[in-house]
Amino acid sequence: MVLLRGGLAALAAAAAAAAVAGSPSPPPAAQPEAKPPTAAEYDTPAPPFELGLFPCTGCHTDAGNPKPRELGFHDEQQPLRHGQNLWCLDCHDQKKRDFLHLINGEQLPFSESYRLCGQCHGDKLRDWKVGVHGKRIGRWDGKKTYYLCVQCHNPHAPRFKGVETKEIGGVVMQRPIATPTRPEPAPRRPQEAR
Amino acid sequence: MSATGNRSLPVLQQAAPEARAEDPSRRQFLQAAAAAGAAAALGACDVEGALRRHFKELSKDEVARLLAKIERDHARRFGKKDWKATALGPRPGVEFGYGLDLSRCIGCRRCVYACVKENNQSRDPQIHWIRVLEMDKVRGVDVIESDIYYQADAVPRPGKFYMPVQCHQCRNPPCVKVCPVQATWTEPDGITVVDYDWCIGCRCCMAACPYGARHFNWTEPHIEAAEVNPDLHILGNRVRPKGVVEKCTFCIQRTRAGRYPACVEICPVGARKFGNLLDPSSEIRYVMENKRVFVFKEELNTRPRFYYFYAT
Repeated sequence: MVLLRGGLAALAAAAAAAAVAGSPSPPPAAQPEAKPPTAAEYDTPAPPFELGLFPCTGCHTDAGNPKPRELGFHDEQQPLRHGQNLWCLDCHDQKKRDFLHLINGEQLPFSESYRLCGQCHGDKLRDWKVGVHGKRIGRWDGKKTYYLCVQCHNPHAPRFKGVETKEIGGVVMQRPIATPTRPEPAPRRPQEAR
Repeated sequence: MSATGNRSLPVLQQAAPEARAEDPSRRQFLQAAAAAGAAAALGACDVEGALRRHFKELSKDEVARLLAKIERDHARRFGKKDWKATALGPRPGVEFGYGLDLSRCIGCRRCVYACVKENNQSRDPQIHWIRVLEMDKVRGVDVIESDIYYQADAVPRPGKFYMPVQCHQCRNPPCVKVCPVQATWTEPDGITVVDYDWCIGCRCCMAACPYGARHFNWTEPHIEAAEVNPDLHILGNRVRPKGVVEKCTFCIQRTRAGRYPACVEICPVGARKFGNLLDPSSEIRYVMENKRVFVFKEELNTRPRFYYFYAT
């Protein structure tokens, strides 16, 4: 499947968008509002937001300061343990606060965050798309739900530690946690069974 | 040939063709023996199931009657539930394959207990179709030094890796070859199944299986009524009688309906991959074509449909 996205999609004129109407490629970045956040190419569960943290516009209503710096708030995400010299607005969009953005400026909803991750981790994105990296549930012969990268990796400290399944805001979802996994009980030895 | 024949003992030379001619009666004898053995193992309550013909020889009506009987028996034993017994057959053009990513598995044993729950394994005595082997990274895959009874506060433990082992659904299955009554066979979609009413409980298959994937019901399986999965398959997860062998069926009741096996869905790290080996766009084919794949005990020529791989 050829995907019209990235720079190509951002540069595409409205006429080009009309020409590819009906294809799975997203509309150009000029009109991201047209796209509901769930209508993604892959069926993914809701992103595992902390309750009260999303939407970002709950607090961030002004333009904000685009200068990279240490924040006096968001202690839970600091220090950022992801890459080098990265900071919030490298991934989060400054203008449209409830969205992320790609390196080319295309704004994308949190439900499509895998495209953002894939900008650097292209090999993992390739494996994820075919279902080899990460987890899929559903049907082997049909509709599958793709777990997002952020359902196992905390984007602010992505090294895998463990996951938990938790109900957040009425939705049961898997999300990364910092505590390692405790195994289920060992099988009983044959001599214990007697 | 004739020279060899002359040198053999006369009694053997004559006995061979006769034995072949008597094959039908021998088969009848074995069938009678199997039925009698199964009847003895099952007790009087399941005579109808035990005295029927081989599963492959049953007509559609007979299968339907059997399914109704299975539902009745489960309802009587475990109470009212939405019992649904099926005999869903293999689909043409489907051969199941399984991939397990050894670089991802953390040894949390979620798969073990999801399997127990889905497939109605006995809780007491304990039967686990999946066993997770803990091994030393420096030693590599070394079954003798492995440990399935590891206890830990947190996994993965440093210096260890984990290798879950279950039925490998072999293309050349030793367990099927040794069964004296043909109570176990490989279906066209690659799942090796057991006809629990036909099994005589001789446990030859358990001795033959190099993966330890077959398990014997030494007693009537004990499962809490609330925990029994009511979605049953006649060759899969229906509650087994005492005295028969059982094994992983790739969750036949789920996979033949198009769903992923329970172990795939529960795995928190996504180490388990499942799909149709004959479909070039399936994830299992991608694994086999692009990743480092290894076959456990390859030297035994069992040719499993279960592969281990390293995605990194």
